[in-house]
Amino acid sequence: MCVSLSAAVLLKDMKLLDVKLGQLPSWLAMRDFTPGGILGAIRRGYNRYYTKYIDVRKGGLGGISMVLAGYVVISYIWSYSHLKHERRRKYH
Amino acid sequence: MLSRLVLRAAPAALRSLQRPVTVGVLHATRPLHTSKQHLAPLPPLPEKGGEVRYGLIPEEYFQFLYPKTGVTGPYVLGTGLILYFLSKEIYVVNHETIAAICILSVIIYGIKKFGPEVAAFADKLNEEKIAKAQAVKTESIEGLEAAIEQEKKEQWRVEGRSYLFDAKRNNIAMLLETNYRERLLTVYNEVKKRLDYQVALQNLKRQKEQEHMIQWVEKSVVQSITPQQQKESISKCILDLKMLSKSAQATA
Repeated sequence: MCVSLSAAVLLKDMKLLDVKLGQLPSWLAMRDFTPGGILGAIRRGYNRYYTKYIDVRKGGLGGISMVLAGYVVISYIWSYSHLKHERRRKYH
Repeated sequence: MLSRLVLRAAPAALRSLQRPVTVGVLHATRPLHTSKQHLAPLPPLPEKGGEVRYGLIPEEYFQFLYPKTGVTGPYVLGTGLILYFLSKEIYVVNHETIAAICILSVIIYGIKKFGPEVAAFADKLNEEKIAKAQAVKTESIEGLEAAIEQEKKEQWRVEGRSYLFDAKRNNIAMLLETNYRERLLTVYNEVKKRLDYQVALQNLKRQKEQEHMIQWVEKSVVQSITPQQQKESISKCILDLKMLSKSAQATA
């Protein structure tokens, strides 16, 4: 494919934001889904967030507030099936 | 039985192990130093973290949408999403919403009021920590520099070694000279004493010989004077005396 030759960057090494929409499934398929790979991905993600927002001289509010907001959103998503019954209208 | 199997398989497994690659005198089974070099000294911590707007949304979101939609784009997107969630009741408004509104308002009021003070306090703690570490570092650097100064001074002192050795050599030469002269004096004294002894001995011997000879001669002379010779000599002496008195009377 032309992508593999362009700029000598392989598909599996490209970052997510550089992947075009049509190549997304193939890009996802090439990722490392072994437990070690997933653990590595989690560690990388954590390190990226940590070094960007928390491990600084003057850390701000955003560092932890984003984590708490994410927790709130995830817990809302997990409890949506219970909240569905408290909707005010039946048809939207 | 399984242990026997393992024991049988062990030599074959060992033989199939990779032969160690001799790198110079090192025996390594894998290449060394493959990872990138780590920075030393470590780069300093960034001053501020990533920008976050309203405490919830990173700045990258706004920058991502700016080329296509300008400044108001992200806000319009946010408003649209909120209205969509509300209208489709993906977000359900119930008693928890009221609780959330109250809690959030209190939190935001607290942050707005006490935020800067807490931030200043945290910064002060950080500054103290950094100042302590820095003090340790400067102290050790100063100590090492003082040591370097001492070392240089010692090196300068080493140059004066030649003077020291000259003085010491002079001292030693003087000591040797003094010692030599003392011994020379001793030798001279001793030799003089022995020679004096010999001289005294000879003198004594001669003296004794003289005395002895004189005594012997006197004794023999006295012995040889017979009584008859005595009488003759006495009368001769009287005659001489008479003549002398005559001549003395004549002159006087």
